[in-house]
Amino acid sequence: MATVTVPAVERENYLNTDFTVKSWLLTTDHKRIAILYLLSITAMFFVGGIAATLIRIELLTPAGDLMSSDTYNKMFSIHGIIMVFFFLIPSIPAVLGNFLVPMMIGAKDLAFPKINLASWYFYITGAGLLMYVILTGGVDTGWTFYVPYSSTYSNSNVITAIAGIFLAGFSSIFTGFNFIVTIHRMRAPGLTWGRLPLFIWSHYATSVIMVLGTPVVAIALSLVALERAFHMGIFDPRLGGDPLLFQHMFWFYSHPAVYIMILPSMAVISEVVSTFSRKRIFGYMAVALASISIAVFGFLVWAHHMFVAGMSAYAALVFSLLSYFVAVPSAIKVFNWTATMYKGSVSLNTPMLYAMGFIGLFTMGGMTGLYLSALGIDVQVHHTYFVIAHFHYIMVGGAVMGYLAGIHYWWPKISGRMYPEAWGKIAAGTIFIGFNLTFFPQFVLGYLGMPRRYHSYPPEYQVLNVMSTAGASILAVGYVLPLAYLLWSLRYGEVAPDNPWAATGLEWRTPSPPPTENFPETPIVTWEAYDYSTVREEPVAR
Amino acid sequence: MWQTLPLWPVRASTLADRTDALMIFMLAVTGFFTVMIFILIFIFAMRFRRARNPVATQIEGSNALEATWTLIPFGIFMVMFIWGAGIYMTWAQPPPDAEEIFVVGKQWMWKFQHPEGQREINQMHVPLGRAIRLTMISQDVIHGMFLPEFRVKQDVLPGRYTTTWFQTTKPGRYHVYCHEYCGTAHAGMIGEVVVMEPAAYQAWLSGGNAEGSLASTGQKLFQQLGCATCHRFDTQGRGPNLVGLYGKPVLLDDGRTVTADDNYIRESILTPGAKVVAGFRPIMPTFQGIVNEEQLLSLVAYIRSLSQPEQREPVRNRAAPPPHPAPSPTRSR
Repeated sequence: MATVTVPAVERENYLNTDFTVKSWLLTTDHKRIAILYLLSITAMFFVGGIAATLIRIELLTPAGDLMSSDTYNKMFSIHGIIMVFFFLIPSIPAVLGNFLVPMMIGAKDLAFPKINLASWYFYITGAGLLMYVILTGGVDTGWTFYVPYSSTYSNSNVITAIAGIFLAGFSSIFTGFNFIVTIHRMRAPGLTWGRLPLFIWSHYATSVIMVLGTPVVAIALSLVALERAFHMGIFDPRLGGDPLLFQHMFWFYSHPAVYIMILPSMAVISEVVSTFSRKRIFGYMAVALASISIAVFGFLVWAHHMFVAGMSAYAALVFSLLSYFVAVPSAIKVFNWTATMYKGSVSLNTPMLYAMGFIGLFTMGGMTGLYLSALGIDVQVHHTYFVIAHFHYIMVGGAVMGYLAGIHYWWPKISGRMYPEAWGKIAAGTIFIGFNLTFFPQFVLGYLGMPRRYHSYPPEYQVLNVMSTAGASILAVGYVLPLAYLLWSLRYGEVAPDNPWAATGLEWRTPSPPPTENFPETPIVTWEAYDYSTVREEPVAR
Repeated sequence: MWQTLPLWPVRASTLADRTDALMIFMLAVTGFFTVMIFILIFIFAMRFRRARNPVATQIEGSNALEATWTLIPFGIFMVMFIWGAGIYMTWAQPPPDAEEIFVVGKQWMWKFQHPEGQREINQMHVPLGRAIRLTMISQDVIHGMFLPEFRVKQDVLPGRYTTTWFQTTKPGRYHVYCHEYCGTAHAGMIGEVVVMEPAAYQAWLSGGNAEGSLASTGQKLFQQLGCATCHRFDTQGRGPNLVGLYGKPVLLDDGRTVTADDNYIRESILTPGAKVVAGFRPIMPTFQGIVNEEQLLSLVAYIRSLSQPEQREPVRNRAAPPPHPAPSPTRSR
C-alpha cells in the first residue's frame, strides 16, 4: 500500500486540467462546482456537529450547568439552521447531483453552467452570513423561527440569520431549475424517460420541490424580518397579525423540504442496491412513480406540524389522512429495495452497508412517522423528543446514511482513488451503532413527555439522556473516520479503474476521474437502466 | 441516577387510557413490519451473497407484489388514521359540563385562575374524576400547555383563547410543561398539577385567601372601567345589553352573524370596531393597554355569569354547572 503506482502520463481530467485558484473559483464545470459544494457543506456539517456535541454534553445532567440557557438556545438554533439549510438540503443534490446528473444522462454539463456557479456563490455568501451571526452573538429562535418570538421578542441576530437562509434558498432554487431543464433537454440520444436511472427520477422530483417550495419559505422569513424591522403587523397579534399564518407558510416549504432531504438519498440507495446486488432494481416504474407521488403529496401535508397549534379539528383530520397517503410510496420503495436483493448476487462493500443501514433506519423513521400522523398519538408526542428521534431517523439515519453511501460509491469516480474498504466498513458499523444508541432512547423520552429544546429536565429522564449522549460520542467518531480516510486516500489510495463496481450507469463508461467534457463523444443509449444481464465484466474492487 | 429508568409514562386521565391503547397497537404493528424488513435484509444479504450466489437472477418486478405492498399498508394506515382521529375528536371537544380553569402563560410562568377566585402560579389543583377545561391565553409569545401524564397538549397563543381538557383518574402530582419554545427560560416554565380527592379539593378551595370569585372581580372591574354606563341591563343603553349574551348568535352591522364566545368578548373589549353589533354605533373606546389578560379573563367570566340562571354557589354547585350555551337568564344583576 505504501507505494502507489501512478501512471507515467496521467490522463487529463477535470482535476488536473488547471491548478490555479482562479480556475476553481471561476469554474463552470459542474464537477468542480460539486467539489466546491463538497468542501463547503463538509465544513458546515462539522460546525453544526460541534453545536450538537455541546447540546448532548449539556444534557448529560438534569441541571443546566454547562452553559447558560441563552447559550443552549443558540446552540440548538444554530445546529438546526446549519444542518437543515446548509447541510442536508444541499448535501446530495448540490454535491452528488451536480457531479452526476449530467454524467448519468450523457451530457457535457448542466443546462446553465454559470447559474450553477452563481448558486454556489449564493450558498457560500449565506453560509458566511451565518458564520457572522455565530461570531456576533448567535440567534436563538430555533430553526423554525416561530413568531411572535422571532419577530418581536428575541434579542438575537434574527434578521442576519434570515438573510443567510434566504440566500441559501436561492442557491437551491438555482440548482433545482438547472436540474429540471437539464433532465428535460440534455439526455443522450436513446435515453428515454423509461431508461433513466432512478437517481435522475428522484432528483427530478427533488428539483420540482425546490423550485415550488423554496420561494414560500423565503417570503415567510422575509415577512418576519419586515415585522421585526418595521413593525409591520403580519404575524404578531399585538400588531393585528396572526401567528398561525406564519406556521402555515413556514411548513408549506419546510415539510416538503424533508423530501428535498430524503428523495436524493433514496436516489443513491436505488443505484447502490442495484449495483451491489448485480440486479435490475425491482419494480423500476413503481420506484420512479413513488418519487413523483412523494413530491406531489409532500406538498399537501404541511399542517401535520400544527395539530395542537390551535387549528380547526376538521382541518387536522384532512391533514392526518393525507399524511398517511404520503407514507404509502415510501413503503413501496422500501419493499422494492428489499426485493431487489432477493436472488441477487450481493456483495457487502461499504456503500452497500450504508444502503442496508439506510433501509433499516429509514423504515424505523417512516414507521414512527405513522405515530405522529395518528392524531391522538401526536397530541402526546408533538414537540417532544419523540419528534426529535423520528426526524433524526429520517434525516440522519436516512439522508446522511444515503449521502455517505453515495460519497463512497462514487468516490473512485470523483477522486480517481479507491477508499480503504476495511476502514469504510468499520466507519459504517460505528455510525450505525452510534446512531441507534443516540436516538432510540429519545423515542422513549418523548413518549414519557420530555419536551424538545429544554436546557434542563426532571431527573427521572437522566438515564435515557446519558445513553443518548454516549451514543452521540460513538457517532462523532463514526463521522470523523470517513473524513480522515477519504483525505488519506487522495494521496495513498489505490488508483481507481474506470468502473470499479462493474456498474451499468453512463457515469462509469468514462475515465475516473472524468475529463472536463465528461464523454469523449456523446454516448448513444440502447439499453435499459440497470441492465445487469448484459454486463460480463466482474467488479475489480473487493 | 441509575435507580430510575422509566419506560412508560404514568396514566392519569381518561384520554391517557385511550392514547396508550392506540400506542400499543402501533408498537405491535410497526414493530412486526420493522423486524420483518430487518430480517429479510439480513437473510437476503447472507443467502444471496456473492460467494454463494455468483450470478444474480434478473427479475423485472411484479405487479401483483406491488399491489400487495401498496394496498396492505394502506389498509393498516386507515385503521391508524380512524383510531387516532377518534381520540383526537374527543380531545378537541371538551364535554359541556366540564369545570373551568383559566390559564395565562407569560415568559416564563403559568398563572392559573379558578372561577371561585383561587389564583396559583406554576401549580394547578384539580379534583379527581371531574372533567376540567382549561381556557388559555398567552401574554407575549406562543407557549404550550403540556400535561404528559394526561396525554394532553395544546398551544397557548397570544391574542386568542385556546382550550383543552382532561378528566383525571388518579390522585397525585404530575408534570406541567411548556412545550412551545418561548425564549431564555423555556425549560423553567414548568409546574405541577395536583390531583386531589374531591373532598380535599373542596377544603383546598375554601381555604386560602381568595378575594371573591373571578366573576365578582370582573363585576367590580366592569363598574370601575365605566362599562356599565353604556352596557345597561335594559334596552336604553348606548351599548348592547350583555345579559344572556354569552353563547348566543349576534347579528353584526355588516350582516354577519357571530357567536358570542370567549374570543368574541375579548376582541370586542380590545378592538370594539372589529365587530359592531347591528343597531349600535361604533362609539366604544378600545381597552387595549388598559386591561391585562388576567383582567380580561375576569371580565369574560363576569359576562358569562350574566347568562347563568343562578349565581353559582362557589363550592357545592361546581359538580354540575349549567351547560353552554346557557338558557336565558332568570334574573339580572
